[in-house]
Amino acid sequence: MMRKPLLWLPMVLGLGLFVLFYLGLENPGQRIINSNVIGRELPEFSTQVAVEGVEPVSSENLRDGNPRLVNVFASWCAPCIQEIPVLLRLRAQGIEIDGIAVHDRPADISRFLAENGNPYRRIGLDNEGRSQLEIGSSGVPETFVIDREGRIVYQHIGIVTEQDIPEILARLGGTG
Amino acid sequence: MIAEAGLAALWLAAALTIAQLALGVLGLRRAGEGLAEAIIPVSVLQALLVTFSFVCLVTLFMRSDMSVLLVAANSHSAKPMIYKFAGTWGNHEGSMLLWVTILSIAGATIAAFERKLRTDTKVATLAAQAAIALGFYGFLLLSSNPFERIENVIEGAGLNPLLQDPGLAFHPPTLYAGYVGMSAAFSFAVGALVTRDVGPEFARAMRPWILASWIFLTIGIVAGSYWAYYTLGWGGWWFWDPVENASLMPWLATTALLHSVTVLATRDGLRAWTIMLAVLAFSMSMVGTFLVRSGILTSVHSFAVDPERGVFILGLLVFYICGALALFALRIGTVREGSRFDLVSRESALVMNNLLLTVILVVVLCGTLYPLALELANGEKISVGAPYFNAVAGPLAVILMLILAAGPLLRWRTDSTKKLVDRIALALVSGAGAALLLAVFAGDLGILPYLGLVVAAVVGVASVAPLWKRNLRRTPLFTWGMVIAHLGCAVSIVGMASESAFTQENLVAMEIGETQRIHDFEVTLEDVREAPGPNYAALEAVAVVRREGAEPLRMVPQLHQFSDPVMQTNQAAIETYWNGQLYIVVGDRSIGNRFLMRLWWKPWVTLIWIGGLMIALGGLLALLGRVRRDIVSRKPAAPELKGAPA
Repeated sequence: MMRKPLLWLPMVLGLGLFVLFYLGLENPGQRIINSNVIGRELPEFSTQVAVEGVEPVSSENLRDGNPRLVNVFASWCAPCIQEIPVLLRLRAQGIEIDGIAVHDRPADISRFLAENGNPYRRIGLDNEGRSQLEIGSSGVPETFVIDREGRIVYQHIGIVTEQDIPEILARLGGTG
Repeated sequence: MIAEAGLAALWLAAALTIAQLALGVLGLRRAGEGLAEAIIPVSVLQALLVTFSFVCLVTLFMRSDMSVLLVAANSHSAKPMIYKFAGTWGNHEGSMLLWVTILSIAGATIAAFERKLRTDTKVATLAAQAAIALGFYGFLLLSSNPFERIENVIEGAGLNPLLQDPGLAFHPPTLYAGYVGMSAAFSFAVGALVTRDVGPEFARAMRPWILASWIFLTIGIVAGSYWAYYTLGWGGWWFWDPVENASLMPWLATTALLHSVTVLATRDGLRAWTIMLAVLAFSMSMVGTFLVRSGILTSVHSFAVDPERGVFILGLLVFYICGALALFALRIGTVREGSRFDLVSRESALVMNNLLLTVILVVVLCGTLYPLALELANGEKISVGAPYFNAVAGPLAVILMLILAAGPLLRWRTDSTKKLVDRIALALVSGAGAALLLAVFAGDLGILPYLGLVVAAVVGVASVAPLWKRNLRRTPLFTWGMVIAHLGCAVSIVGMASESAFTQENLVAMEIGETQRIHDFEVTLEDVREAPGPNYAALEAVAVVRREGAEPLRMVPQLHQFSDPVMQTNQAAIETYWNGQLYIVVGDRSIGNRFLMRLWWKPWVTLIWIGGLMIALGGLLALLGRVRRDIVSRKPAAPELKGAPA
């Protein structure tokens, strides 16, 4: 049976290939692109009014001396709905959250907030995604921890879940 | 209700597949007894059930039933109907269900209509088919249930906007049909290894499946290439993206198999090699699917799949492919060696064709996987691009084409070099003529395009040579198929070489009212305006194109901005002329009120896809020719299996 070892070569090569794939699966590598503005001054940006009577978000009013969270969301984003209850809980704990709605419409934003609850103090509308680019976000939802000088100290990509609260609180606490 | 019915049908189909496998294994033990015959109705019933299950899923998508998790996660109630329909397979679970559906239909077709094979080989083939299907049923039912319900109904998440394109909606099914055809060939190979029945009858039974699969793969590649050309807005037609390579690799293996199976069917040669290629072609189609779907290589096509599922699929692949290769190692020594042939013979040319195709396949595979291996080894991230692939695969393809020119002009078993030279002389003369003309008139066009055009001249003439001095009415359909497919290669190469050597490009920031020249066209930017679509915002540029002696023409390239998810795509405006295409792309607003425009004149570029379609058409003619001959030759002889359902 083993008289022709060469005949087993294809199987050995095939097995080698699959080992490579397995290792590739187990080590997904760095796929998430972190903001390169972490630890730096916020670049200048501003947003438009999203909800009548609510102040929009800008780089200037993020430097007002309060540490806070900035949540990038959109009314058309299903995962954003899922994280609202967690954000509401954070707000109930006294944490200030500002929201930036990207590629959105004021009417849709108002409906979104009426249906799901409003955890935000300020809400800005960013239709071109400029401010999103400036703070180094590449999708929705994303949540940033901003210190009292208006610097980004932490970036959370994806939905904020119950499990993420301690990390976020720790980062927020670390801002002094 | 529909979801539950679909799920129930899926479970039943899976149970029948177990029966199919068991009947096969038991039937082989007592060769040809009653048990083995029962495998036929079981295969057919299994296929009917899974088809029903798939229809259920399609219905759920068409009705936007958001209580089904898969629909909610991948569809949107505001989506146009055609994309709701196509959304069925635009996701992981749905595409797996489509896959297993096509697989089972293929199995049922073999069960009901295949009559060339020895009964035991057919039973073994169907058992192998059941083993493959079973793995995918297990995968669907245990870890990727497409019919899962959810509690909270939401609006739906959407489909990757790049995939919202009518051409692309039908791209995956085409490729799947191709891949599944390969699984049939694979099952035939496993069946033949089990019963040690590797011979011309086996090759003739397997050949239509290979041909059909190859036609689908060819069309899939041609369509994918054209899609990339008009929607990515980069003006290129092939990017050596991992996903393109994943569709090219099985095509290369299948092309090799198609030619080697002909040697086996006609001359009873290349037995072991044909079996090996059948396993390789199936492996490549599976590896291709896996690479694309698992997300281990980064590409626009990646689906997010959790690692657990990836490991499940990988386990299945290891089992099937390494199992088949182990069976190959154990059994192939006992398969009698096939007929021999001389160095100068058609067999010999086909062997060289096979070796070159396989080498190109290895080159592409290495280039595709090297970034993965390197990242694992030292964390370095690189991508292997066109320079590598063109430099390595290009020259090999040129040699391959020269063999393609000579092969069909050689006789089976033995021939003389002198006679070959006589037959190919005219083709060589036309090649020399092209070489001379290009050197004098075309100037510096780069070595590969130059060689490409010369080789195309040789192949173009040589490929029609088999029709000389023949009564064209009595020429068999599959000979026509070969001629047209080979001619298609020449046509396609002319397009590729010309696109790469003669393309003119003008990249400008244009103001409204400004006019720019490209080739002999004058392009005036008349207006730039918003043009919202059903689920995207768009910027469109209105360009008026004037050419001497022709009516002015409006071309409207668009830039689409999708919000769900956020993504930009380009819709190039393309105008086709008999001798090329004018290709205009609008970019983002650049400086002040100037807009970035890319104007291209691409001479003969359409030949790339026309040639590709000719190759597919050649395959279709060959398939029809073979099937017709089978039907004609079957009539007088009694079929081996009685009572097969029609």
